[in-house]
Amino acid sequence: MNRHLMQRVGFALLGLTALVVVLPILLVVGTIVARGIGAVDWEFLTAMPRDGMKAGGIFPAIVGTLILTLGTALAAIPVGVGGAIYLSEYARDTWLTRAIRLAIINLAGIPSVVYGLFGLGLFVLFLQFGTSILAGSLTLAIMTLPVIISAAEEALRAVPVEFRTVSASLGGTRWQGIRYIVLPQALPGIITGVILGLLRAAGETAPVLFTVAAFFLPRLPQSPFDQTMTLPYHLYVTSTQVPGMPLEIQYGTALVLLALVLSMSVLATVIRSHYRRRRQW
Amino acid sequence: MCRCDEKMMDQTDNRTSSRRPWAEFGIEALIQVVGFSSIGLVVLIFLFLIREGVPVFFEVPLGNLFGTRWYPTFDLFGTLPLLLGSVLVTAIAMVIALPLGMATAIFVREVAPGWAREVLKPMIEVLAGIPSVVLGFFGMTLIAPVVRETLGVPTGLTAFTGALILAYMALPTIISVAEDALDAVPKSYRDAGLAMGATQWQTIWRVVVPAARSGIVMAMMLGMGRAIGETMAVMLVTGNAARLPLSLDSLFRPVRTMTATVAAEMGEVAQGSTHYHALFGIGIILFLLTFVINLAAASTIFKKRRRGGLR
Repeated sequence: MNRHLMQRVGFALLGLTALVVVLPILLVVGTIVARGIGAVDWEFLTAMPRDGMKAGGIFPAIVGTLILTLGTALAAIPVGVGGAIYLSEYARDTWLTRAIRLAIINLAGIPSVVYGLFGLGLFVLFLQFGTSILAGSLTLAIMTLPVIISAAEEALRAVPVEFRTVSASLGGTRWQGIRYIVLPQALPGIITGVILGLLRAAGETAPVLFTVAAFFLPRLPQSPFDQTMTLPYHLYVTSTQVPGMPLEIQYGTALVLLALVLSMSVLATVIRSHYRRRRQW
Repeated sequence: MCRCDEKMMDQTDNRTSSRRPWAEFGIEALIQVVGFSSIGLVVLIFLFLIREGVPVFFEVPLGNLFGTRWYPTFDLFGTLPLLLGSVLVTAIAMVIALPLGMATAIFVREVAPGWAREVLKPMIEVLAGIPSVVLGFFGMTLIAPVVRETLGVPTGLTAFTGALILAYMALPTIISVAEDALDAVPKSYRDAGLAMGATQWQTIWRVVVPAARSGIVMAMMLGMGRAIGETMAVMLVTGNAARLPLSLDSLFRPVRTMTATVAAEMGEVAQGSTHYHALFGIGIILFLLTFVINLAAASTIFKKRRRGGLR
C-alpha cells in the first residue's frame, strides 16, 4: 500500500477510535438527562422522601451531599494548599521530598473503598466520631488531598521565579513573597484544582458507605455528629436494595447528581480558561 | 529558589517589625508539618488496615484464607475467587482501554484539527467527572440487558460488562497521562522524522511513540490502578457471584471483585468479628496491590527525571 494512502487510512482509524471513546459519553449523559428530566420538579428537589422513598423528593440527600462537600473543603483546602506551598516553595530535592511525592502518588492511587475502611477504623471507631458527617468529611478530605496538592503545586510552580526574586529585592521576606505575590497569582489554578478534587468527593459512594451514609433519614442533619443521606448513596440503595423502586426516581437522582458534579466541572473549566487568557506572563 | 539572602532579609524585617518573624516562623513551621502530612497519612492508613485486618491471620487458618470458597456465613474466607475476579475484570478492562486510550491520545495530540481537540478534551473531562455510581447505574439498567440479549446469557451482569464500564472509567487517566507523555517529546524529534522523508504517520509510530514509551507505560499502570480499585460501578454490574473464574466462559458469567466484596459486606458485619477482620484483610491486599502498581508507575517518572532528557 502506498504510504500516503496508509497515512490517510491510519488517521481515519484514529479519528474513528476517538469517536468510539466519545459517543458512549454522550449516550450516558443524554440517556440520563432524557429519562431523568421527567422526575425532576420542584417537589423532587425540595421535599422529603415518602412511601419508603418511592415518592416525594430527595431534598435530604441533596443537602447531605452539599454539607459533606463543604466539610471536605474545610478540612482538605488548608492542608492541601499548605502542602503544595511546602513542596513548591520550601522543599529542596532531598530523599524526604521524594518520599513525600511518592506518598502523594500513592494516596491518589488508594482505592476509594479502602479509604472507607480507613475512615471506619480511625474516625468512626477509634476516635469514636460514630457514623457521622464529621467522619465522612474527614475521610473524603484525605481522599481529595492528593488532587488538591498536585493541582495547587502546579499552579504555584507556574508563577515565574522573577515574581519571588523581585519581592525579595524589595525587602519582603520569603513568606511575604508567597503570601502577597505568589499565592494571589496562583489562586485561579488552585481554585480549579480544589473544585476538581471536591467534585470527585461529591460523587463518591464507597468512602461514605460505612462512615456517614444513612439509608433513609427524612430530616436534615442537626450537627456534625449526625448521619445523613447523600446523593450517590441514595442512587446506589434505591437501585439495588429497594424492590419496586420506580425507575424514573432513580434516573432523576442520577440526573441531579450528574448535574451537580458536571456544573462544578464546568465552573472549574471556566475559571481556568478565563484566567489563562488574562494572564500576562 | 535562592536561600542565600534569607538572613539579610530577616534583619531588615526586624527593624520594621519585631513581631513578624515570630508569626512567620510559626506559619512556616506549620507549612512544613503539613507538607509531611501525606507521608503520615499513607503510614496511618496502612497501620489502621493492619490493626483491624491482621487478626484474621490468627483466627483463620492460612489454607482457608487462600482457599477457593468465600462463604463468610460458613466461616469460609477463601480470597482466591475475589482476587482472580478483580484481576480478570481489570485485565479485560485494560485490553479494551489501552488501544482506545492510546489511539485517542495520539489523535488528540498529533492528528486532530483544532476544533476536534476543543470538542474531545472537554468530553473526556466530562467522562472523568461522572460519578462511578452513575456509570454503574447506567451499566446495570441499560448495558446489562443488551449484553444479556446479544450473547444469550442468563444474566447481563457479567465480568465482561464490568470490564467494559471499567475500561471507560480508566480512559480519562490513560488518555491524559499518555497525552502528557507525547507532549514531552521535543518537536525536533518530529522534525527530524519528517526531514528524513517519513510521513507523519510513520514519524508518529516509529519516532514519537517510542520516545514517549516510559510515559505510556505509566499511563497504563495508573489506569490499571484505577481499574483495580474501582468499587461502585463494578459492584453494580458484575453480578457479585464469588466463584473462581477459571474457564474462558467465566468472562460472560457473574464475578465478584475484592472491592465489591468489602463494600457490600462491611455494612452488615459485627465489629470485631472474624468476617470484619477478613474484610480489612482484603483492604490490606488492595492497599498493597495499588501501592506496588503506583510505585512502579512513579519509578518511571523518577527515572525519566534522572536522565534529564525529553523535557
